[in-house]
Amino acid sequence: MKGILKPVKKGRGGIDIAHFKNTAEMPVVRIPTPPFVTIAMQQNIGAPCIPTVAVGDSVLVGDKIGDSENYVSAPIYASVSGTVKEIKDVRLASGAVSKAVVIESDGTDTEADFAPPEVHDTESFIKAVRESGLVGLGGAGFPAHVKLNLPQNAKIDTLIINAAECEPFITVDYRECLEHGDDILEGVNAVAKYLNIKSVIIAVESNKPKAIKVLKEIADHDNGSGDKVKIMILKSQYPQGAEKMIIQSATGRKIPPGKLPSDVGCVVMNVASIAFVGRYLKTGKPLVSRSMTVDGSAIKEPKNIRVPVGTMMDYIIDFCGGFDGEPEKIVCGGPMMGMALSSTDYPTLKGNNALLAFTKTKKGALAVKQETDCIRCGKCHEACPMGLVPTNIVRFAKRKNVERLKHAGTLVCMECGSCAYSCPAGKPLVQHMRLAKSIIREAQTK
Amino acid sequence: MSELKQKLTVSASPHFRSRQTSSGIMLDVIIALIPSLVAAYVIFGVRTLVLSAVSVISCVAFEYICRRVMKRHNTISDLSAVVTGLLVAFNVPANLPVWMIIIGDFFAIVIAKQFFGGIGQNFVNPALIGRIVLMSSFPSKMGSFPVPLVSTIPLTGATPLASLKTGEMPEQSLLGMFFGLRGGCLGEVCIAALIIGFIYLLVRRVISWHIPAFYIGTVAIIMLIAGKGDLGYVLYELMAGGLVLGAVFMATDYTTSPISTRGKFLYAVGCGILTSLIRIFGNLPEGVSFSIIIMNILVPLIEHITTPEPFGTPKKVKEAEGK
Repeated sequence: MKGILKPVKKGRGGIDIAHFKNTAEMPVVRIPTPPFVTIAMQQNIGAPCIPTVAVGDSVLVGDKIGDSENYVSAPIYASVSGTVKEIKDVRLASGAVSKAVVIESDGTDTEADFAPPEVHDTESFIKAVRESGLVGLGGAGFPAHVKLNLPQNAKIDTLIINAAECEPFITVDYRECLEHGDDILEGVNAVAKYLNIKSVIIAVESNKPKAIKVLKEIADHDNGSGDKVKIMILKSQYPQGAEKMIIQSATGRKIPPGKLPSDVGCVVMNVASIAFVGRYLKTGKPLVSRSMTVDGSAIKEPKNIRVPVGTMMDYIIDFCGGFDGEPEKIVCGGPMMGMALSSTDYPTLKGNNALLAFTKTKKGALAVKQETDCIRCGKCHEACPMGLVPTNIVRFAKRKNVERLKHAGTLVCMECGSCAYSCPAGKPLVQHMRLAKSIIREAQTK
Repeated sequence: MSELKQKLTVSASPHFRSRQTSSGIMLDVIIALIPSLVAAYVIFGVRTLVLSAVSVISCVAFEYICRRVMKRHNTISDLSAVVTGLLVAFNVPANLPVWMIIIGDFFAIVIAKQFFGGIGQNFVNPALIGRIVLMSSFPSKMGSFPVPLVSTIPLTGATPLASLKTGEMPEQSLLGMFFGLRGGCLGEVCIAALIIGFIYLLVRRVISWHIPAFYIGTVAIIMLIAGKGDLGYVLYELMAGGLVLGAVFMATDYTTSPISTRGKFLYAVGCGILTSLIRIFGNLPEGVSFSIIIMNILVPLIEHITTPEPFGTPKKVKEAEGK
């Protein structure tokens, strides 16, 4: 097919894993406005924001409630209209404690006056992206303006839009393609224009034919102005959507250890993030809500929902019909890299793309596998997209052998979980890898 | 609000795991060995089954007792002792006295495996240690092979390798060799059955093709040179002795072989060179066991020099590190 690219080079490793995209055909529905939202001031990687409102203030949807002087940060906006009831410390799903602004909703969702940002060059574009409050919506939650503010000498030739969505269960990026193709196109055009990027590759896994069709139309529509936007169909394999993997598939380039995509001339943006950029430039409405997939064997009515940032997780589960049976594990994010929660009493953050709950009985749904002795089968190495040998790294970590740990490339690990998934001995290899990394970091700070 | 009645499981990601287990892998190896066991039964008769059964039971029993005595959690359910038992039986002649094989099993499980920490910790292949102890202790019994029960031509009992050693071509046809109509150890004779097992292991992704292919390929190249280009000689060399059994089932033992592809290559080529050298220049007719054991011992070194480069390591850095 014209305009559809094949991957330049498939990376090593990876695992074939059931997709469980049960919610793929469920349009995103807006959750009823919760009675209150708890908006954490630590929404993403980087410095926490400082509340710019006080208890008793009344706010509208889109009013700024938190900001930071720090470069790696993004402002935070009220996601409901109402009154600031409390500013307190809350515990987040990650276990960290953050200051949070609690807003009691007045139920009207009255929006502040938005005006499209004035954007005419790179600088004003980056400034607008910062003001939008955008952080990576694919899960990592890195402030978008930092990613887009490229070093002066960087030669960027390719913008990669990541629509791979390789984690099982999650379908919100897929829904974004189907429901907001026009926003994606506008976002793509804006980023390409202001960052002066010649080539755009929208990368999507082969298991999403409908999304491919929609994206193809976008590419064709745009190609009136040249042959800029192309679609690339990736093999449906985990972790195809990881930044390093998708760059390798799209361009054949490999990011060296410790380097960034810009070092190999690429910028990678999640498809939901790029669609948001498109919308923001049109309306000026900052990031106050996001899409989430709610699914898993313990969820009564799986759904794709649009939630105001700061909605409590138990409210979301109630909206999805509550639990179906006793949940054994609740995961924030995908089943491969998400975080297991100890309760549902946490506020959602800008970066949360899924909330999954699993019962014990459903087979294959939970990580219950008797841990046995390592037999050195090497399946962890076979699966590792980074080419590491996790079982050896575990051994070096036990001996705290920093030299061998570094030599083995431990720090390149992105914790995708392919090794632990594959391990026949049921070893918690990701945990071991984190430990190994912390041993190196500890030695380096000494 | 939805109330949580019970406590949730909190663990590090990933929250999904494949269904493959270590015992499942061992079961696959056992299944892959069954064609050879059946072939050996047809070729050498009921003593095949007696020796195999005794060997498996002894290995499991030694493993159980060992773990009990050492107060360690029991590992017999992982089936690795069953695999070792079968492999020890496959490495002896069909007329070996039963008590001897028990000695072999003892050295395999207790000395080579459990003394070093059990599954995943042994640095040499346990079954091969069992074989080498038997060969050194009872050379005449280990060196006299019964004649196959089924054969289209009368056979004298000289093994093909012994014939090749004296510079003669074996009395069997190549086809006869392929189906195992020759004297030899239980599991090594029927190449056809071993290949079925190999294909099964490949299909089930228990092993990769690298070690068997590089090992046998190296022997083939060296024998081609040694035999001055005589292809028939090369094929006899490849099918004689324990080369295929060793290359498919013993050199590929996870614990005692390298993990990376480059490591596997070095290891398998080393096995091939040693086997060929022993066969051509050594006193022994066969060198597969010693070759694999020697290369087993070198695995930690091979692993160290073949540590895979992490994703994206630039070439220049590689060179700088090499200096």
